[in-house]
Amino acid sequence: MPPVAANPQSESRRYWGLVALAALLALAGYAAAHHMDVNGHAVTGMDNRVVWGLPHVFAILMIVAASGVLNVASIGSVFGQAEYKARAPLAGLLCIALLAGGLFVLMLDLGRPERMVVAATHYNFTSVFAWNVFIYTGMFAVAAAYLWTLMERRMSRWSGPLGVAALVWRFVLTTGTGAIFAFLVARPAYGSALLPPLFIVLSFAWGLAVFLVAQAAAYAWCGRALPEAIHARMRRLLGVFVAAALYFSLVHHLVNAYFAQQQAFERFLLVDGGLYPLLYWGAFVAAGSVAPLALLWRRGAPSAASTLAAALLVLLGAFAWLYVFVIGGQAYPQPIFPGFDARSSFGDGAIARYAPRWPELVLGIGGVALAALVTLVGARAFAFVPEDPATTPAPAARGAGAD
Amino acid sequence: MTDRRDDVDAGRRQFVGWGVAMAGATLAPGVMLFDLAHGRAPEAPAPRGVRWGMLVDATRCAPDCNACIVACAKEHGLPDGKRSTDAQWIRKVELKDLRSGRALGAPVMCQHCAKPPCVDVCPTGASFKRADGIVLVDRHTCIGCRYCMLACPYQARSFVHEPVVNPQPDVPRGKGCVESCTLCVHRIDRDRAPACVEACAAAGHRALVFGDLNDPGSEIAKRVASYATAPLRPGLGLDPGVRYHGI
Repeated sequence: MPPVAANPQSESRRYWGLVALAALLALAGYAAAHHMDVNGHAVTGMDNRVVWGLPHVFAILMIVAASGVLNVASIGSVFGQAEYKARAPLAGLLCIALLAGGLFVLMLDLGRPERMVVAATHYNFTSVFAWNVFIYTGMFAVAAAYLWTLMERRMSRWSGPLGVAALVWRFVLTTGTGAIFAFLVARPAYGSALLPPLFIVLSFAWGLAVFLVAQAAAYAWCGRALPEAIHARMRRLLGVFVAAALYFSLVHHLVNAYFAQQQAFERFLLVDGGLYPLLYWGAFVAAGSVAPLALLWRRGAPSAASTLAAALLVLLGAFAWLYVFVIGGQAYPQPIFPGFDARSSFGDGAIARYAPRWPELVLGIGGVALAALVTLVGARAFAFVPEDPATTPAPAARGAGAD
Repeated sequence: MTDRRDDVDAGRRQFVGWGVAMAGATLAPGVMLFDLAHGRAPEAPAPRGVRWGMLVDATRCAPDCNACIVACAKEHGLPDGKRSTDAQWIRKVELKDLRSGRALGAPVMCQHCAKPPCVDVCPTGASFKRADGIVLVDRHTCIGCRYCMLACPYQARSFVHEPVVNPQPDVPRGKGCVESCTLCVHRIDRDRAPACVEACAAAGHRALVFGDLNDPGSEIAKRVASYATAPLRPGLGLDPGVRYHGI
């Protein structure tokens, strides 16, 4: 991204400093995964009850956001909105970056990460995980081809069809991610046909929130201000997405709470489960949904800073929602002996305790850092920062910043 | 000269004949024992038409007995199961009826479902079901994603969280892979009952009955036919090979 600054050398140092920090954190994530690989997952907080932990929260958040961020491009290419079309390249880059970050975490958390070649050569086609191997690699390919049509003038006539392909593929990808849980018959938390559409709605909000954060950073870096008309449109859109995500999540719990066999679990998750109700109501509903809505929909002209704050709160809520969904869903015991009080050395009948430890936290942060690194490098190498005619700096100023 | 040679030949024939007979008498029991010990040749596929299963009679499961768990851990070189990261292929679940207060216990292990969710969700096909109904994990293609553990409705699978100590020659295990009760497949293939079943019988309880559910003459089939038994979580429709009585 070409900075517009009085002192290009200083800007360049800041840029490379950011790149170095992101690379270092990504490397730390890899080192944490290596530590897990050598010593086994016993060094993490995961165990035989909570088998998916913090790494999966990070990974799913990035993968779902990767699909959602492409909406910005689709609104431009498929629905012909010029303001969004200018943002399509950045959306495509963020999609690839987030997908890379999410898969980095997911793959390095495997018990046998060196067997990725096995995962790439042995397929069980009844497994939604195996489908996702194709869906994720396909998303990379579609997003890259779409970016090519956006960046290369000779290919621009293909940007429409590839925009449609990207739109369809992103729906497939989020459906696949939601289906990972929807296909689990065993646990009260999962096994619902509502989950894939719920994940799609969540991806709208999370993806746009990521986009708004990246866009704010890019504009701040370039010393530009987002045109108010565009700011207002994107702000309102995020509000609609956040409201829809909150609605879907509440309906999911409402339906579950209606079934007698699900009531104890819903009570645990939403009322007396300690950390989980706190995260759901406090972090997802209040801080991650209601507060952003208040910031986005308040009267007057909300500032760019308040929109950025709303987007960051949405991402905080996203993390909390996934923590409750993934870990809370496993912490509650399975109903193997209904009508009995069950106890065993393997945690039957008991709430599982999960306390994340540093390797899984560092691995998750490493994935985010990798996504940031890909974005930083991509934005530097290509013209991914949106160009709005009204705010584009004078050529002289642009030239001063491009180093 | 000719007569003498005939005499020698006759003696040699007799000697060879006795030798063969003695060798046969010496080797035959060994060959038979070998055949018994290896009920199925290593290269032969698991038999179709057989459905290995187990009946857990909770009315006979003694409250203070954990012989099945000890035997399983010894047979497979498993840790003592004190930590939540330890593999437990079989566990004793202590139950108390919420209405009547009746207390009982029952071991729970892989239920060897006819329609196993773990097999459905495994991305590489490492989780698989043999023709005789035994559900296993191929240690060479398991990537350690743990999706099968999320999918199992009986919490029957374990992840190997640490480097394996005390490995047993018949039981391949490895850090970073998922594993569960194999129904002692290495013993079944040599016509022996699972270790837990033998230990339960040796402890005098006979709460575990193993056999071919498809063979009407087997003890397990007779007992399943003679009194009420049920699988765990029958509503899921997975048709487990392990059935319970007294719960």
